[in-house]
Amino acid sequence: MILGPNGAGKSVLMRLCHGLLTPVAGRIVWHGARNGDVRRHQAMVFQRPVMLRRSALENVIYGLKLAGKSREECRLRALDVLEVVGLAQHAYRPARVMSGGEQQRLALARAWALGPDVLFLDEPTANLDPSATQDIERIINAIHASGTKIIMTTHNLGQARRLGDEILFMSKGRLMEQTPVDRFFGEPVSSEAAAFIKGEMPWD
Amino acid sequence: MGLIRTAALALAMAGVMQAATALAQQKSITVASTTSTENSGLFKHILPIFKAKYGIDVRVVAQGTGQALDTGRRGDADVVFVHDKEKEQVLVKEGAFVNRHDVMYNDFIVVGPKTDPARVGGSKDVIGSFRKIAAARAAFASRGDKSGTHAAELRLWKAAGVDPATGKGSWYRETGSGMGATLNTAAGMGAYALTDRGTWLSFKNKATLTISVEGDQRLFNQYGVMLVNPAKHAHVKKDLGQAFIDWLISADGQKAIADYKINGEQLFFPNAGK
Amino acid sequence: MDLNIITENWLFLYYVEICMTSFGDAFAAAWALIAGFDGELADIVLLSLKVSLSAVVLATAIGLPLGAAIAVERFPGRQVLIVILNALMGLPPVVVGLLVYLLLSRAGPLGTLGILFTPQAMVIAQAVLITPIIAALSRQTIEDAWREYDEQLRSLGARRLSAAMTLIWDTRFSLLTIVLAGFGRAAAEVGAVMIVGGNIDGVTRVMTTAIALETSKGDLPLALGLGIVLIGLVMLLNALAAVIREMAQRKYG
Repeated sequence: MILGPNGAGKSVLMRLCHGLLTPVAGRIVWHGARNGDVRRHQAMVFQRPVMLRRSALENVIYGLKLAGKSREECRLRALDVLEVVGLAQHAYRPARVMSGGEQQRLALARAWALGPDVLFLDEPTANLDPSATQDIERIINAIHASGTKIIMTTHNLGQARRLGDEILFMSKGRLMEQTPVDRFFGEPVSSEAAAFIKGEMPWD
Repeated sequence: MGLIRTAALALAMAGVMQAATALAQQKSITVASTTSTENSGLFKHILPIFKAKYGIDVRVVAQGTGQALDTGRRGDADVVFVHDKEKEQVLVKEGAFVNRHDVMYNDFIVVGPKTDPARVGGSKDVIGSFRKIAAARAAFASRGDKSGTHAAELRLWKAAGVDPATGKGSWYRETGSGMGATLNTAAGMGAYALTDRGTWLSFKNKATLTISVEGDQRLFNQYGVMLVNPAKHAHVKKDLGQAFIDWLISADGQKAIADYKINGEQLFFPNAGK
Repeated sequence: MDLNIITENWLFLYYVEICMTSFGDAFAAAWALIAGFDGELADIVLLSLKVSLSAVVLATAIGLPLGAAIAVERFPGRQVLIVILNALMGLPPVVVGLLVYLLLSRAGPLGTLGILFTPQAMVIAQAVLITPIIAALSRQTIEDAWREYDEQLRSLGARRLSAAMTLIWDTRFSLLTIVLAGFGRAAAEVGAVMIVGGNIDGVTRVMTTAIALETSKGDLPLALGLGIVLIGLVMLLNALAAVIREMAQRKYG
């Protein structure tokens, strides 16, 4: 869980790690390898789901095809994933006419289908209502249970408590602390974190 | 996927080009002629007769005489059929064309508004009429496009001792267009204009225009045909082109020309070899 | 004074009647052309369609990839190129005709092809005219889409080329509108095809040059009639495209 006030640099950090942004100085290192090769084992879901003008199933297949799987493999895997996220009956509907919550579930399905080692989530429920948020959280937990490491940001402190194992707190572009979730909300190490939790630091 | 599509397209285009070249093998020649011959409908009448006899497709590009001569000079046509004898002969001397022959003549007429502001209606004296038009500063629509008609018009002004350029922008209007467009303008403006009888007879927008001056010897308009010099342009279809020229000046071709009538009135008078 | 008013009104009505008669004649001429299944008209219409469609296909084959490439790539001078491309959309057709004529004339560099005064020359001239339109407008469309899809596509691992093609497919309906605009521009122009085609009866005479010819012969009702047929044709094609877009929109969202 990456937490921090607006403008702290949470999104930037995730995009740097995922390789969407190139660092001006310094390097990103994964298990000792350079970033370029590693994107295959990662996936990202954004605050607004970006769907292609095709069916839900085709959108999931698109990601799998890019990973080089055969057409049949892609179809089967895609249908499986859609089943798990509860979108199987919408598989052939055009993705862009689905509701926000359904599209976000679809985005998660698409990411999960790739079997990533790491899944980045950039405020995935910020635009959703409570019931849709619940669905998303359930899916995130399922993905986590299947072995994928989740790195996500949120402004919903309750959600952070519910889902997170470890909190990375950022402020003014720097990583302030890295604390297990229980201890973070009780005794944060940095003063900025304390202020943040109290609600006194919505912006940086 | 996009690459395959582009490749398929290239193949298709190649196919089209190939078919086009094949089509070009069918016997045909390109003749650069004037708007007066085209608009009068003469070609529509005589070309089918020629094709039936010789199986040669004649493709007429109708431009003004000036442009047609230029087209021939560049080698973009095989034969040129225009009506500016002076210029034609100059170009033959220069070597751009060969084998020039008279083919037919028609006459020019001066058309003008029924109201006849310059009082030239019914006259047989074109030079005098031009002087009257200039004196009255009556509206005159000129082609102004270096065509055969335009050249003839300028010669008439010269003979009348009038410089029409003095009237530019007021009564002398240069349209820079073909005969039909100029007549449209004249009809719209109620202006006088010099036109060949052929175009006039087949012109459908006469409005308030009528024939003002005709019958003057000096309104004689000679048409000539010549071959683009194959020595200058190797690709010229000299045999097919010559066949067309020979037919035009033969008894057969001359008769076809004489037979062309609109409302019983003959437009062009064959005079090859006369 | 009363007499003046009466005369003025009468003159006005007279002119209105002339206009109406001309239009009436034009519609009558148009109807006669269509109903009579005039063979010559059919040839002219067919040639117009062949030439403009070929030109649009050629222009799209060149312009679309060009527009897509400029949309997704970043290189020095890119902004300048975009400005030039946009400006070229306003190329005067008659100037294009002159340039292509000089190119294809026997006296010109491509003279040995011998395609002046043929439909091929007309296709080339029209293609030159509408390629900038298709390139510039598709560049705009794809760049807008790129902005929306950029991060997600890169996250999924799409390379530049593959992403560009995905974008082209995804924006296909907007692109169809652009292609139609190109077709409309091609079918409507007369300057370029007149110069490079020569308006040869039965060979390079298309609707627009036929209209110009009939006008110059003073046969205005016929010219107007041909014009009505041309407009009708273009409208029909646009209606067809609208129907296709509507059906596809419902299917794909």
